[in-house]
Amino acid sequence: MLETRDLAVSYGAIRAVRGISFTVGKGELVCLLGANGAGKSSTIKCIAGALKAAGGSVLLDGADVTSASPERMVRAGMATVPETRDVFPDLTVAENLLLGSYIHRRDTAGNRENLERMHELFPRLAERSAQPAGTLSGGEQQMLVIARALMSRPRVLLLDEPSLGLAPAIVERIFEMIARLKETGLTILLVEQNVHQALSVADRAYVMRLGSMVLSGTPDEIRGASDLSALYLGG
Amino acid sequence: MAFAIQFAIDVLSLGGAYALMALGLVIIYGILRLVNFAYGELIMVAGYTMFLTSGSGLPWLVMAAFAVVMAIVAGIATDYAAFRPVRAKSVTAVLITSFAFSNLLQNAALLFISPRPRNVPLPAIFSQTVEIGGAITPIRNLITIAASIVLLALVAWLMRKTTLGIAMRAAATNFTMARMLGVPANLIISSAFALSGFLAGVVGILWIGRIGTVVPGIGMEPLLVAFIATVIGGMRSLPGAVLGGFLLALIDTTLNYTLPQDLLKFRDAFTFSLVILILLWQPEGLLKGPASGQRT
Repeated sequence: MLETRDLAVSYGAIRAVRGISFTVGKGELVCLLGANGAGKSSTIKCIAGALKAAGGSVLLDGADVTSASPERMVRAGMATVPETRDVFPDLTVAENLLLGSYIHRRDTAGNRENLERMHELFPRLAERSAQPAGTLSGGEQQMLVIARALMSRPRVLLLDEPSLGLAPAIVERIFEMIARLKETGLTILLVEQNVHQALSVADRAYVMRLGSMVLSGTPDEIRGASDLSALYLGG
Repeated sequence: MAFAIQFAIDVLSLGGAYALMALGLVIIYGILRLVNFAYGELIMVAGYTMFLTSGSGLPWLVMAAFAVVMAIVAGIATDYAAFRPVRAKSVTAVLITSFAFSNLLQNAALLFISPRPRNVPLPAIFSQTVEIGGAITPIRNLITIAASIVLLALVAWLMRKTTLGIAMRAAATNFTMARMLGVPANLIISSAFALSGFLAGVVGILWIGRIGTVVPGIGMEPLLVAFIATVIGGMRSLPGAVLGGFLLALIDTTLNYTLPQDLLKFRDAFTFSLVILILLWQPEGLLKGPASGQRT
């Protein structure tokens, strides 16, 4: 469903991603692992259209969408949760969610239904509906960003480090929720540093190091690879 | 008592005009992080549209509405001519293109109309006065107050209750994230320019209503006022721009009333000294905008 071929991303002269190829099948949860600076977030941003590709291509349902604008990617059915957890802090929770459904703004009935589902999934957001998003806790903001992404009714969800900087109990809940989203048939590309949590929900995983793909396989194969910690620690 | 009423009306009418000017400038700045230096020329466009249609025999309100429409068109044209082609490339480039567009419009007015002031048709009500509680005040001041209340309420409603307005506020915080939710960048930016043009058009008519004539350089003062008001209020905050506008009007009016005659011509020097003091005290402006987002 989602595929990259020799995808490269550069910041000026610095090559962050050096020609990586991977696929995510329909309904699959694929995990992209790697240490800081491996190029995971750059890959996600490039697929989402927030960064231009320096080379290679991105395919969605077989169509070439390389370096398409972010708004076009959303209309094509892709939603992104960036690692910076970008809530709009001075907008209320309800306004944040409303913007999530921007591309369906004429379908008010559908959005209301969808909003109810989000409130069921994240009761906290219902309680805090009228509060500015900037006043939420980190975990609540993460839930808001995920719920906001889901309001666009995506077919593919890109999740960039949803557990970053959150308390273990909340990380647990976020991963439970990811597992539930997977059960609904949503295709998910998950970027994580939290290897064990990520592998517990993933169908397949890829490991990146210094902008290149160094390992791929099922969670068991990845766990079995003896050099995993070496890849992480740069040994 | 009469003095207090007079003072209040002066502050509110000047402040209303300043607040609208500042709002028109900060709406663009909030989203693009760029000052539109061609903003003053939108006021000029409104003024010359009034002048050019003055012989048409149309009712005044129709001419005024047409002038506002032309200011909106000029606002959107600024986006297409000065911002869109270079927006993604360099801040400096946009700075220069917006200056260039401003100069182009001014010189067009110099060349095709005249460097000399041209009369703008105004309804009789603009030059009449009325007595309120012993204070004699021009009716146009009351019109300005009423217009600014209506427009500020309209902008507040637009930014809070409509999807487009909420998307504009979101884009002002984090443009890339807004786009990653499917909010089209160009639509938001064009809407911001249209809204900016609308405010400039209305404020242009009110501003020119005080003077009665339009010259090619008429936009300079409103641009400066708007810029200072937004700097005082906080460059990123819409309520800040409004607050800054009223505060600047309060300073100006107070100085007008209190300075002795021979110091009055230095009023701006006093105003700017106060502005500097305010900025020393609150360097980011009185109201901070939402947490910083990146330029696009």
